[in-house]
Amino acid sequence: MSIDRSQVDHAAELARLELSDDERERLRGELGQILQAFEALNTLDTEHIPPTAQVIPLGNVERDDVVAESLPLDAVLDNAPRVEDGQIRVPPVLGES
Amino acid sequence: MADELYLLTLHAAARGLRSGTFSSVELTRSLLDRIESVDGRVGAYLTVTADLALEQAADADTRRASGRDGPLLGLPIALKDVLSTAGVQTTCASRILEGFIPPYDATAVTRLKNAGAVTLGKTNMDEFAMGSSNEHSGYKPARNPWNLDKVPGGSSGGSAAAVAADECLAALGSDTGGSVRQPAALCGCVGLKPTYGRISRFGLIAFASSLDQIGVLTKDVTDAALLLGVLAGHDPRDSTSADEPVPEYGGELNGDIGGLRIGVAPEYFGEGLDPQVGDSVRAAIDDLRGLGATEREISLPHTEYALPTYYVIAPSEASANLARYNGVKYGLSDPQATDVDEMMARIRGRGFGSEVKRRIMIGTFALSSGYYDAYYVRAQKVRTLIKSDFETAFQDVDVIAAPVVPSPAFDLGAKLDDPVAMYQSDIMTLPASLAGLPCMSIPCGFVDGLPVGLQLIAPPFAESRLLQAARAYERARGNLPAPLKAIDAA
Repeated sequence: MSIDRSQVDHAAELARLELSDDERERLRGELGQILQAFEALNTLDTEHIPPTAQVIPLGNVERDDVVAESLPLDAVLDNAPRVEDGQIRVPPVLGES
Repeated sequence: MADELYLLTLHAAARGLRSGTFSSVELTRSLLDRIESVDGRVGAYLTVTADLALEQAADADTRRASGRDGPLLGLPIALKDVLSTAGVQTTCASRILEGFIPPYDATAVTRLKNAGAVTLGKTNMDEFAMGSSNEHSGYKPARNPWNLDKVPGGSSGGSAAAVAADECLAALGSDTGGSVRQPAALCGCVGLKPTYGRISRFGLIAFASSLDQIGVLTKDVTDAALLLGVLAGHDPRDSTSADEPVPEYGGELNGDIGGLRIGVAPEYFGEGLDPQVGDSVRAAIDDLRGLGATEREISLPHTEYALPTYYVIAPSEASANLARYNGVKYGLSDPQATDVDEMMARIRGRGFGSEVKRRIMIGTFALSSGYYDAYYVRAQKVRTLIKSDFETAFQDVDVIAAPVVPSPAFDLGAKLDDPVAMYQSDIMTLPASLAGLPCMSIPCGFVDGLPVGLQLIAPPFAESRLLQAARAYERARGNLPAPLKAIDAA
């Protein structure tokens, strides 16, 4: 299966991944090669097979809705690159336009 | 005696500590000295917490002096850098997490500490546990202690190399598609990946959540049982951790496997298997028969589909799990960015290495509109077929025996530019991971001076049976006629 540059660009945009031209070109070839290996899955008849999302026989796990002790705010924010007034600061989320 | 303490197993060291032959401080110093003298060549550690280890060791000695004990009291253990450790840098070998100091311990780490363990530091790995050679570490490669030109395997390559080079008594790793068993096989140590859900994943940095499981790398089977007993059990902080009773793993290891039915699947002995590796594994199966086990041929017909199935599912889950590394809450920052999308893309482009980018791209593609059913859902359906192969087989046999890796450790750089060839190093470990089964690698021989592993696979939560078979084999095998490790030759 071959992949074109616009497919690489689209996936990189969805993944919020800045890639150089060289990286995009290399990934185009590699993804094509890897997707080719996935073609083997199409040789199996899976129409009536249920998908397995996880292997353990487990349904929803519930707990009582009670307030428990949490980490102190300082400890939680300690690793954030930019903190102001007990909050994390980020660049504008909505465009200026 | 004191200068050779680093060679001990956990259970032998525990005996020495209990009898007062040496102290935990002496034992810990011996290991720190060993790390100091060999790790420059092995590269097994990303962070060595010498002061913390000596503090913990002194504390363990004080506790013992006051009459207390614990299953791991005073025993030095290494932690793969995928496990969160309070106050100790945790990077997953990624530049994107450089400087990240977790505010809490993973449950597995808490359990080790509660059992009295001394933690030596954080071991090297492939970035975010994605890789089979440890060459995808964002910091430095680790090397195979038997031959320093060879890879130690991955992704828990640092943990396996640390055990093999006697730089810890045992180590924790994590296994998503073979990341404990494959490096254990290539480095000649015991590697155990328990049933999915047997050990809490709380604080284990996520790669592929339906597959990830913490495992142990040890010098022998008895040590693996000892560690599993400490780590296993339900954790309310991981809703996928199993609420199953935890047996006395160590206490049941009497080596009796009379009547055990061992399944051997021709799918694991076909094309691509190094003939000498195949011979070594077959000889190990013969040894098990000699102990009273019976061998039966079984069929696992969907084995060949495990590779594409895994490399759709794991990268898909990874692309979602790794979305959190965006420069907001931790890790790299980019003060120059003018909007949030630009910041995230730049940080991720700068912070992730080539293999992680590749997997994020595969996963994003497989989950994207128009491809989701063709790739992701189809792979989940084939996963059902692989799982039911095992369910059928386990109606007739108690454990399955197979090779771990098709060939011994390869040269550094040999597969670095060929991702599909690198992925093929996992073909024999992926099926049991996709089915969530407990499995082990046990050293069974040497080919060209490099270790070979026997893989044993058991039904869900049959870790006791797995350990029993492994221990029986280990006893029958005795000490392998091992060549001198490169790390000890110089």
